[in-house]
Amino acid sequence: MIAIIDYNAGNLASVARAVAHLGFACTVTHDPEMIRRAERIIFPGVGAAGAAMDSLRRLGIDAVLRERSACGTPLLGICLGSQVILEHSDENDTPCLGLLAGRARAFPAAMRSPDGTPLKIPHMGWNRIGRRRDHPLFEGIGPEDEFYFVHSFYPVPEHPEEVLGVTGHGVEFASVIGRGRLVATQFHLEKSGRPGLRMLRNFCAGFGGERPC
Amino acid sequence: MLSKRIIPCLDVRDGRTTKGVRFEANVDIGDPVAMARRYYEEGADEIVFYDITASHQRRAIMLDVVRQVADTIFIPFSVGGGIRSLEEMRAVLLAGAEKVSVNSAAVRSPEIIARGADAFGSQCIVLGMDVKQVGVREGIPSGYEVVIDGGRVYTGIDALQWALKAQGLGAGEICLNSIDADGTRQGYELTLTALISGQVSIPVIASGGAGEPEHLRDALLQGRADAVLIASMVHFGTHSIAGLKSYLHACGIPVRRSW
Repeated sequence: MIAIIDYNAGNLASVARAVAHLGFACTVTHDPEMIRRAERIIFPGVGAAGAAMDSLRRLGIDAVLRERSACGTPLLGICLGSQVILEHSDENDTPCLGLLAGRARAFPAAMRSPDGTPLKIPHMGWNRIGRRRDHPLFEGIGPEDEFYFVHSFYPVPEHPEEVLGVTGHGVEFASVIGRGRLVATQFHLEKSGRPGLRMLRNFCAGFGGERPC
Repeated sequence: MLSKRIIPCLDVRDGRTTKGVRFEANVDIGDPVAMARRYYEEGADEIVFYDITASHQRRAIMLDVVRQVADTIFIPFSVGGGIRSLEEMRAVLLAGAEKVSVNSAAVRSPEIIARGADAFGSQCIVLGMDVKQVGVREGIPSGYEVVIDGGRVYTGIDALQWALKAQGLGAGEICLNSIDADGTRQGYELTLTALISGQVSIPVIASGGAGEPEHLRDALLQGRADAVLIASMVHFGTHSIAGLKSYLHACGIPVRRSW
């Protein structure tokens, strides 16, 4: 069973629909026990980091996520999920989960593209991923494939080896991050058509093996 | 680099897609769920639904369409048309839409933008604007006036000022429709599009007037739009989304070509 964590952070139904469409059993839950027992965990989210961390703490999910991540349960963060797995977010100056070292930062103001036109914030729309590391998540994904982004903050892992893929919007930022069985995408793979579904399937079907606890 | 988005727009009445010219004389052109699926498979970057149902059952009918669409396509889609309250926004988002657009209701009560953005995030809230060129005059310094209720009612509000105000209230995107160009297939209103897109910091979708591939190019280059809304040019099979993207790519415009 795949647990999709419900912490009042936006459109969880679309993640559940995509997982179900791929033929995997999933449940949308905020019950720490169900999350603890899940074979895989998907940690989605839109909204602000401060409110998200408040909800996670109130529901007791923060501790479960730290525990399961340490125990090697495959864990996929999506969008805001890729930011709050870090130690800190500059959004609302929020202490976060700390599953990976690093922090979420805001895009700089008044960015311009190479031809001089102002770049808009949020970074909203389809963009590509430059692969920095090989990872099972990327199986079947080509260099031309694009993914759907909507965000004003982005993850900055402290350790460069935890940057799996990068994307450019004024700055080059880490759009896929992870270590071991923990991965996170800044983009919405559930809303990214065929390549997004493929990546989601790579997570739901892969990353197996013995867990230490 | 961010790709420019091509967004087919489906007007839905009583659960069927219709197409009219200048908000009149609608004809039935198909099942919105089947059409959404086709456009998804053909490379649409996003889909916009406008509910123009007039009957009392309108909400239930549209929510059913939204749920079916959400089970079928895995790209973002937005729903607009007559959305007046936070509860209506919530229902549409829970049914599976990525975004909701507000238009006339936001002009009447601008705080719905702020309340929606607070509750669901700015990325969910699209401001739909219908605009007519009226010439520069007192209260309308840009020469473009916001109209509501399908273009029938003039508001006395300047289009540029309204766009900036909505951005300040928390709108995450603007869908900018020129009533003058809408349905003409003679091209987007480029002056208006460039004016608004150049002044706001959120993405702008150009809407109204698309008939030829060149129109899309012009809206994205001269009009500086982030996305273009299209309807009849694909609804009636005159053009395909893949063909439009090949054309734009050849013009040097970044578009998503792998799907």
